[in-house]
Amino acid sequence: MHIRQEDSERHVLSVTVTNEAGILARIAGLFSARGYNIESLTVADVSADHKVSRITIVTNGPPRVIDQIIAQLDRLVPVHKVTDLTEIGPFVERELALVKVAGTGEARIEALRLADVFRAKVVDTTLESFIFEITGPSSKVDTFVGLMRELGLVEVGRTGVVGMLRGTAA
Amino acid sequence: MAERSGADILVQCLLDLGVDTVFGYPGGAVLPIYDTIYDHQKIKHILVRHEQAAAHAAEGYARSTGKPGVVLVTSGPGATNAITGITDALMDSIPMVVITGQVATHLIGTDAFQEADTVGLTRHCTKHNYLVKSPAELAGTVHEAFHIATSGRPGPVVIDIPKDVQVATAAYEKPTLNAHPSYRPQTEPDAEMIDKAIALILQSERPILYTGGGIINSGPAASEALRALADMLGAPVTSTLMGLGAFPASSPQWLGMLGMHGTYEANFAMNKADLILALGARFDDRVTGRLDAFAPLSKKVHVDIDRGSINKIIPIDVPVVADAGRAIEAIIAGLKARGYKKPDYSDWWSRIEEWRARKSLDYVEGGEEIMPQRAIAELYKATRDRDTIITTEVGQHQMWAAQHFHFDEPNKWLTSGGLGTMGYGFPAAIGAQLGNPDSLVIDVAGDASIQMNIQELGTVIQYSLPVKIFILNNEYMGMVRQWQELTYESRYSHSYSDSLPDFVKLAEAYGATGIRIETMDELIPGIRRMIDTPGPVVVDCRVAKLSNCFPMIPSGAAHTDMLLDPSQVSGTMDDEARALV
Repeated sequence: MHIRQEDSERHVLSVTVTNEAGILARIAGLFSARGYNIESLTVADVSADHKVSRITIVTNGPPRVIDQIIAQLDRLVPVHKVTDLTEIGPFVERELALVKVAGTGEARIEALRLADVFRAKVVDTTLESFIFEITGPSSKVDTFVGLMRELGLVEVGRTGVVGMLRGTAA
Repeated sequence: MAERSGADILVQCLLDLGVDTVFGYPGGAVLPIYDTIYDHQKIKHILVRHEQAAAHAAEGYARSTGKPGVVLVTSGPGATNAITGITDALMDSIPMVVITGQVATHLIGTDAFQEADTVGLTRHCTKHNYLVKSPAELAGTVHEAFHIATSGRPGPVVIDIPKDVQVATAAYEKPTLNAHPSYRPQTEPDAEMIDKAIALILQSERPILYTGGGIINSGPAASEALRALADMLGAPVTSTLMGLGAFPASSPQWLGMLGMHGTYEANFAMNKADLILALGARFDDRVTGRLDAFAPLSKKVHVDIDRGSINKIIPIDVPVVADAGRAIEAIIAGLKARGYKKPDYSDWWSRIEEWRARKSLDYVEGGEEIMPQRAIAELYKATRDRDTIITTEVGQHQMWAAQHFHFDEPNKWLTSGGLGTMGYGFPAAIGAQLGNPDSLVIDVAGDASIQMNIQELGTVIQYSLPVKIFILNNEYMGMVRQWQELTYESRYSHSYSDSLPDFVKLAEAYGATGIRIETMDELIPGIRRMIDTPGPVVVDCRVAKLSNCFPMIPSGAAHTDMLLDPSQVSGTMDDEARALV
């Protein structure tokens, strides 16, 4: 017999939670316990009184599973609100990456030229390397990193996605 | 304000919350709490023989009284032993608060003696859990824990209290409940969804009420509402294992339990219905069988207090997130407001009566051997006029009890449904007996299951609890053996109960009464003697060894592919079905 697979779609979820011990383990553990996917997960305190954190989760799964993920997150006691940015949309999605590239000569010049095209900033440089800071949707970061692989990529650090609905509504 | 120790604050909170019974086992990390309860007469502490039993006893207490069960155990092994019971309570939505001792805060994370990461271990088998790091936080936490355990979809909550927090002092003021601002269970149904549900009811020609444990959890008013709704509609009613008793088995509208070992009429009615009203039931895989063949002709209304249960397994037409009782009351009110008159379902009923005429629960008898179904039927006859509470372990005996013991009232049937925990029934009976001192509490057990918590005989003797254990002894892990017969060509790999103890002598060794029933002649007098004997009794009822539990929907099969008797068994199964179990 074979295990059946269903078609997946990518969703960006924004989750506001009470900022308490173990909350990240609770959320991450829910995903592993129920077999849901996490593409990226970011978390940071976003309130003046440090009581509320915002977690952005990029996940993928069939629509039925996405609906379950939202329901299962929502029933956790410290979860205030789950917003499916992909479903409600339109939304802004940003990710920041630091990309270190080493090389000399033509490759080094080409890297700098492409960085300019992608509006990446140089945040560190030696005679033989750059660290670029690039911000954008994950797809843009993916493309930039892909190009840099050809030009002496040393390492990449990515923050994971944060997202927010366009317009006035929270 | 005078300061009080953490242990003192905890016990004060338990008193304020109306806790009268705690099931526990002492150990190093809870000594300060045990020292405090030593002085309190109002809280009855029941010393179990194993922490798993403390959790199951608390479940039995909760399920039979509607009040939360309370457990007190030590750190490390105390907490880990309780985890099976905690998980069981999560799966069956039982309100429970488990207080665990923890090593002192400065020792946490150092692999200290009897240290375990209790909040880490119980994070996914509790509704919520806490590590309390200061005595000042304790009172608010305990009150919130009880609120969370008992409201919304009930469940277990763990409070882990380091030993130094039990000893340290803090100012104490009786807290006002200040629950998490993010915790807002939805209990009132959405009016628009109720209207949609009513519209489907008005169109339906073949409705069925599929009820579950949510009705029991909602309280006696929900069972009353269910009876009123069934009466109004004149529709058939079936129930999950967990929901038995919410609707009276003596009603002509009752079809019996549905699902893997449900009746022919219940499963066929589900399959052929044009409207399913799912009330506090969650479309468990034991109920649905093969998903693509489950109730293919019906619209589905699903009432559940947990939004996560809706659309999890089966696509739903009308989702109603609400307390089951409140939703049923709203449906009744809506029907009345529309001047609803009971429709003519006689065509529907005549089809149901044809299915019922198959008498799917019948079994073949003859000879000296006691059929296990007969033993349950006689137990029912002998106890039906009393206030009887039945608990079970897990396996064939559990299904036979569900099929052949008939419940007319809620909170009288305590069984491990979701987790399927062998060893549940005896400690659950202890909890039920403590919560209902005047009831006749019987644990229907199997010879294998009962050994999983047999040590609790010590507890029933210590507290003079007249719990009766009725063992259907077939010298097998019967359900495992049945599956091996059906799907693995009768290769009985490790399912024979070798080296069984002499249960009569075992009972006597603890100071209880033991009774052996071996022949049909002894069955009725033996049951009579069990009931009439004061104090705890263990009955070793020897039953036919190779009986199987029918009817049965094999794993991976549709409701309509039901096996009614052994002649239909092939002894093999394809890999897809084997993988489903």
